[in-house]
Amino acid sequence: MLRDITIGQYFPGTSVVHRTDPRLKLVLVIAMIVTLFLASGPVSYALLALYILSVIKISGIQPKMVVRGLKPVVFIVAFTALLNLFYTPGTELWSFGILHITDQGIRVAILMVVRILLLIIGTSMLTYTTSPIELTDGLEMLLSPFKKVHLPVHELAMMMSIALRFIPTLIEETEKIIAAQKARGADFESGNLVQRARAMVPILVPLFISAFRRADELAIAMECRLYRGDVGRTRMKQMKFGAVDALTGTVSVIVFAAVIVLGRFGW
Amino acid sequence: MSYILETRDLTQVYGAGTPFERTALDHVNIQVEKGEILGVIGHTGSGKSTLIQHFNGLLKPTSGEVLLSGHSIWDAKGKCDRKTRFAVGLVFQYPEYQLFEETIAKDIAFGPQNMGLSATEVEKRVREAMDFVGLDPALANHSPFALSGGQKRRVAIAGVIAMRPQVLILDEPTAGLDPAGRDEILAQIQDYHARSGATILIVSHSMEDIARMADRLLVMNRAHVMLCGTPREVFAHADEIARAGLDIPEITKVIRELNRRGIELDPSIYTVEDAVRAIRAYKEGK
Repeated sequence: MLRDITIGQYFPGTSVVHRTDPRLKLVLVIAMIVTLFLASGPVSYALLALYILSVIKISGIQPKMVVRGLKPVVFIVAFTALLNLFYTPGTELWSFGILHITDQGIRVAILMVVRILLLIIGTSMLTYTTSPIELTDGLEMLLSPFKKVHLPVHELAMMMSIALRFIPTLIEETEKIIAAQKARGADFESGNLVQRARAMVPILVPLFISAFRRADELAIAMECRLYRGDVGRTRMKQMKFGAVDALTGTVSVIVFAAVIVLGRFGW
Repeated sequence: MSYILETRDLTQVYGAGTPFERTALDHVNIQVEKGEILGVIGHTGSGKSTLIQHFNGLLKPTSGEVLLSGHSIWDAKGKCDRKTRFAVGLVFQYPEYQLFEETIAKDIAFGPQNMGLSATEVEKRVREAMDFVGLDPALANHSPFALSGGQKRRVAIAGVIAMRPQVLILDEPTAGLDPAGRDEILAQIQDYHARSGATILIVSHSMEDIARMADRLLVMNRAHVMLCGTPREVFAHADEIARAGLDIPEITKVIRELNRRGIELDPSIYTVEDAVRAIRAYKEGK
C-alpha cells in the first residue's frame, strides 16, 4: 500500500540526533555523501557504516523502520549489483555466454551495494529525525547568502515545506478515491499497459482537482493571515548552535576525515 | 432465515505487528434484513466506516466472514468477485470528489459500463438514475464540475444507483449540506427506497436525521456493536448512548427532562409528532 512508504517521513523524538541543529544536519549529510564517494575499500566503508549505525542507535529509530524504508529501492540496488557483477573487467572466475564474473566484479558489486544502501539510510536519517519545518527553515538559513543575488530562497523553502506537508494528505486522498472508484467497479489490476494507464484517469482527475482546490484554500488562508514573504518575518523557534551541535559536528568531521584518509590509501 | 447481508465474527486489525496496531472491528455480528433501511451510527473511529467497506469487499477481514444473500463474498482462494461491488453499491463520504468525466451522463455511466452492459442499457440506467436523484435530464451533457456542491453529490449518488445495487450504502450522505439540501437528499433516498425496494444502509452521526427514516438502528462503539434494534428500542438506552459520546434526538432529551420532573411519558419517544401525541394524552388523562 501507499502507506508503507517511509522515505521522507518524520518520526518524532527527543534524542541527540533529533535535537541537533537542522543546519548542521544538512551540512553533515552533504559531507557524508561526499565522503561516501571518496571511500574506496572495505575498511573505510566499514567505518562509515559504523558511524551511520551509531546514528540510528542514538536516534532511537526502530531498525525495522529503517529497513522498511529501503524496500522501494531494492530493485535499483539489485540491478546495480548485477551490472557491476557481470561487466567489471578483471580475472575471470566464471562465465556463461556473454556473462562473466570476475574477482574485481564481485568486489565492486558488494561495495556498490553498500555505498547505495549507506547513501539512502544516511539521507533518510535526516528526514526521519528532522521535522519538515525544521528542515526547510534550516535550508532557508543555509541558503540565505544567495538572497543577495536575488535568489528567492524563502519562496523556495516555503514551496518545499508546503509540498512536504501535503504528501500524507494527498496519499490519504488517493486511497479514498481509489476505494470509491473500485466501489463503482473500476478495475486497476487487469488489462494491458494502455488499458491500465486509462484506468488511472478516474483517479488522477479527481486527485488533481482536489489538489488545486486545496492549493486555492491554502493561498486564501495564508493571505488572511497577512503572509507576504519573508520580509519582516520572525520565527517562533530560533535556531541555536549549542554544545550538543559542537560535539556532534566534531565527532562527525573526525570520522569523515578518517574515512577519506583511509580511502586515499585504497583501504 | 437468510439475510441479505450478514457478518459473522467480523474482525479487522490495522497495522498488525507494528506499534500502530489498532482493532477497528472486534467480532462484529450483524444481520441486515432485505428491504429495510438500517441506520448505522457511531462516533468517529468507532469502526463504522471500516464496517461498510467490508460489505462490498473493499477490505478483507482479518478474521470472520461477510455473507451476501447467505454466501461468503470471499471465495476459497481469498478473492472477492467484482459482482459483489455491483450488488452492494457504496457511496463514500463527500462522493462529489470522485467525479472525473467530461459530462454528467458519462460519469454516471462509469459504473454500468464497468458491469459490461450494452450501450442502450447503460443509457437507460443513466436516465433512470438521474430521475431517481432529481437531476434535470437537460443537464446530461453538462460538465459535472459546473454544478453546485449539492448537485454534484446527486450526480455521484446517481453513479452508484445506476448499477442498480441490491444494497445501497451511503456514508454521511448529508455531510456539509445546508438544511434544505439535507432534507432533499434524505427525501430522495426514501423515495428511492420506496420505488426500488432496495435495502439501504445510511451511516451518520446525526441521530435526528437517521431516527426519522430508519427501520432499525445499529450503534457502533469502539469496534463493537453497542445496540441494535428499532429506534424506540435503541433510544430507550439513552444513557448508554450518551456515554458513548453520541447525541440522542432533541425531543427525546425534552421527554427525559419532563420525566425527571415527574411527568411520566414514554422515554423512548424520538419524533416530535409522537411527543405531541403523548403530551396531549397525558394532559387529557390528568
